Amino acid sequence: MKAGQTRRVGTGAVLLAVLRRETALALRHKGEVLTPLVFFIVIASLFPLAVGPESNLLARMAPGVLWVSALLAAMLSLQRMFASDYADGSLEQMLLSPTPLALLVAAKALAHFVLSGLPLVLVAPVLGLQFGLGGQSLGILMLSLLLGTPTLSLIGGIGASLTLGVRGAGVLLSLLVLPLYIPVLIFGAGAVEADASGLGASGHLSVLAALLVLALFFAPLATTAALRISLE
Amino acid sequence: MTTPGSHLFKYAAPQKFYALAGRMWPWFAALSAALVAVGLWLAFFVAPIDAQQGQGYRIIFVHVPTSQMSMLIYLVMAGWAGVGLVFNTRLSGMMASALAPTGALFAFLSLVTGSLWGKPMWGAWWVWDARLTSELILLFLYLGFLALQSSIDDPRRADKACAVLALVGVVNVPVIYFSVTWWNTLHQGASVSLTRVPSMAAPMLWGMLTMVLAFWMYTVAAALARVRSIILERERHTEWVKHAVE
Repeated sequence: MKAGQTRRVGTGAVLLAVLRRETALALRHKGEVLTPLVFFIVIASLFPLAVGPESNLLARMAPGVLWVSALLAAMLSLQRMFASDYADGSLEQMLLSPTPLALLVAAKALAHFVLSGLPLVLVAPVLGLQFGLGGQSLGILMLSLLLGTPTLSLIGGIGASLTLGVRGAGVLLSLLVLPLYIPVLIFGAGAVEADASGLGASGHLSVLAALLVLALFFAPLATTAALRISLE
Repeated sequence: MTTPGSHLFKYAAPQKFYALAGRMWPWFAALSAALVAVGLWLAFFVAPIDAQQGQGYRIIFVHVPTSQMSMLIYLVMAGWAGVGLVFNTRLSGMMASALAPTGALFAFLSLVTGSLWGKPMWGAWWVWDARLTSELILLFLYLGFLALQSSIDDPRRADKACAVLALVGVVNVPVIYFSVTWWNTLHQGASVSLTRVPSMAAPMLWGMLTMVLAFWMYTVAAALARVRSIILERERHTEWVKHAVE
């Protein structure tokens, strides 16, 4: 590769191009965007049926339930992050392109967040209302999801690239990724709870932001390494 | 390689290491058996009854070494994984996959012995204590490693993918540990704490140290024995394996 000589493409342009491509692909398969969202709503709706309609209990459980549901919903769409590109060969082109693979991977994680995380952020307050969360808690819930779901997409990228073209990739992916999601879950759900108990959510939100920065730095590197191994 | 340290790399060849491991593992196994005998004798016959915990405390002679080894093995495994990725040596991946089952076993045993200890002491089989929870998550990480290993057919690719996973895991372990600790202190307030270790009687301490050493030796022996099988399996098409097995 002669990265220096070829036409230089700016970081922003790469992000925009990948984002536009992923959005276009997703809009042609609307089900792929909608299914995780519907899954999120269904999972969250199952909890009141399982534990009973007592509103105090539900309001206490809401942050945890919504966060776990969001986690599962985000994971549902992870497998497709690289699978179709792998199948049609465009992933190999990405590997060969002069643009750093880590940048492309970060852009794909961003696209995954926009297409699967952001809808969850927007739907979450509606579900929160059903669970009896108050106005401020809803705001914190949205903010924590907004800071947390990009981290989920970034960490999920590692799992998706490791399980590329592997037998039983779906279940394996969840086994690999879910333990790594635990810190995000703790601080995401904890933010809402801390706010409700009067401790203030700023500490939790700061940690979430810190996790996002850490993941933004490390996850594309690990994903890149895993992709190169998968495509060897 | 012709670097000054190249004699160290001699044993990076699976064939050479197979023979070396074959010579070494019986010694480690014997040492481990001897140390377990001494350790258990100290644990059951020499160490006094604990003033607060009675006889039930004696399970710590197994519990502490297993927990310690389960964490240490993950680090060693990730170390081998890193070496494998950097130097592209086949043996490193084999060592990592030879260590993983022992690590998972110890993580599991640590949870089992911990709950056996917890029932009489805390009155509950399981408490969502920070240590217990992180040990459980460690077990999940081991299981993920083993699952990924077994679902990729090409052993070289499996080794490399698992190496990336182990390194990602090792970066995450402290993050997970601290977040679980924080979560625990927020949720549970002052619950039972394992951190205040009462000053131990000397025989207890010696028993514990002996057992820790015994588990170290066992781990080395098990990993070496297992890596021999892995080497044979992976190199089964080569000439030297045919001679070695005969």
